[in-house]
Amino acid sequence: MRFLIRWVLTVQEFYLLAGRALRNIFRKPHYADDVFLQMDNIGVGSLPIVVLTGFFSGAVMSLQLARALAQWGQKGRVGTAVSITLVRELGPALTSLMVAGRNSSGMASELGSMKVTEQIDAMRALGTDPIQKLVTPRLIATCAVLPLLTIIADFVGMFGGYMVANLLLDVPPKQYWTTVWQALEWDDLTQGLLKPFVFAFVIALVGCYYGLNASGGTQGVGRATTQAMVVASVLIFVLTFFITRIFTSQLVSAS
Amino acid sequence: MPGDSAKPVLRFEHVNVSFDDVPALRDLSFELGEGETRIILGAAGSGKTVLLKTTMGLVRPDSGVVYLFGQDITGMTEHELFDVRSKLGMLFQESALFDSLTIEENVAYPLLNQKSIQCPAEDVSRRVREALHFVELDQTLARFPSQLSGGMRRRAAIARAVVTEPPLLLYDSPTAGLDPITAHTIMALIVKERDLSNTSSLIVTHRYQDGNLVAKFRYNPENGQLVPSLNGHESPRNTRFLVLREGSLVFNGTQAELEASSDPYVMKFRRQAGG
Repeated sequence: MRFLIRWVLTVQEFYLLAGRALRNIFRKPHYADDVFLQMDNIGVGSLPIVVLTGFFSGAVMSLQLARALAQWGQKGRVGTAVSITLVRELGPALTSLMVAGRNSSGMASELGSMKVTEQIDAMRALGTDPIQKLVTPRLIATCAVLPLLTIIADFVGMFGGYMVANLLLDVPPKQYWTTVWQALEWDDLTQGLLKPFVFAFVIALVGCYYGLNASGGTQGVGRATTQAMVVASVLIFVLTFFITRIFTSQLVSAS
Repeated sequence: MPGDSAKPVLRFEHVNVSFDDVPALRDLSFELGEGETRIILGAAGSGKTVLLKTTMGLVRPDSGVVYLFGQDITGMTEHELFDVRSKLGMLFQESALFDSLTIEENVAYPLLNQKSIQCPAEDVSRRVREALHFVELDQTLARFPSQLSGGMRRRAAIARAVVTEPPLLLYDSPTAGLDPITAHTIMALIVKERDLSNTSSLIVTHRYQDGNLVAKFRYNPENGQLVPSLNGHESPRNTRFLVLREGSLVFNGTQAELEASSDPYVMKFRRQAGG
């Protein structure tokens, strides 16, 4: 029973934080400097890992799917499979997971350290709303850069797929890129860009929530960091299923 | 009582605070008049820090009323509280300087961020320098908090608390974790601030000698030293002692009354002075 009450309270507090963070977007003062600083940290900082994971996930998809397609003699259409899986699912999910691992935990540990050393209280004491100063800039920055990172991951992934298709599977470049291009529809792009936008909320708000609720010294900061990363990652998997479900149900009813 | 004539700056009326059903403050009532000082003694976990945070409106009481400068702050929204808090200065336990800002930016923070403090931009730098000069840290403007020693950080935090010249100062364990010499320097600064700016203050501590210093000494501006005030007994300024035990106020009186008390818990704090 206690566990249930605590869980309900956590959800309630999380929504309150989300509400305040969103409301502050339209309220003065605006901390533009902090937004750009976070965009640099989350966007530029995550670029190397996003490029690496994007490249290798595209390459491995190419290898795996070519084997399945070869059974029907369709090895040449490997571009179609790579393109659809990357843009719809793997690009958004893997990029978001990487950023969750890097930045949700980063936010939780940064805000958590500030919490346990009373810097959050000091901020409130000195006339600043910590949600306005710390949470809202992180939310705006993540929402702005995560879709961009996903686009980069998609392209790099397609390129990784091309390297494998061309060098290992002997698929001609023109055939690969044509199948990649033709496979995509507007619907895939909408889905592929809506997902990172939604996941950005999860990453920023979960990270900040656990950071602001850290207690119990350095140990508490460690716990907050782990929880933030685990919860953000799990929520990304759960949400990606539901978003995909919404999009595919439209397709089913349309056909 | 000598405090009755002074206008109350702060008044607690039957304040109760609890966290997750664990009471932190129980039915706490006391008053602090203008220019007065209260030394708050108590064991670890007795609610001393919570008392200061309740005063600032950082923690909301479950019941009871807190009057700050005559205003009831218990029902205020966070934005309304910002105005009230600008009249308070607080020294946090571990200094709570912002790691990402330099000492200069830290001290300038309240001047730049508190809306009700209309400090012209050209005055900020001068006032920051004055505050840092007050705590004798003139050379640290461009350094980061992590580059300073614990005692220097504490002094920088005092500078940040006094830079807005607030009429009420709250000190949370100003000497905790410091060596005796540094601790004395910090307490001397607190006495100096009290005597030069005539501020009211709440000083949380677990060391009786800190309270003794505040009660019995005054700052002599001529040589910059602390000297015993008057005949070495009561301070001309009204200093009283509060003793907290598990969130309840078990003693509220003058130093003489504290020293005459036969309560074993209260005596425990007094005994430290000899050691």
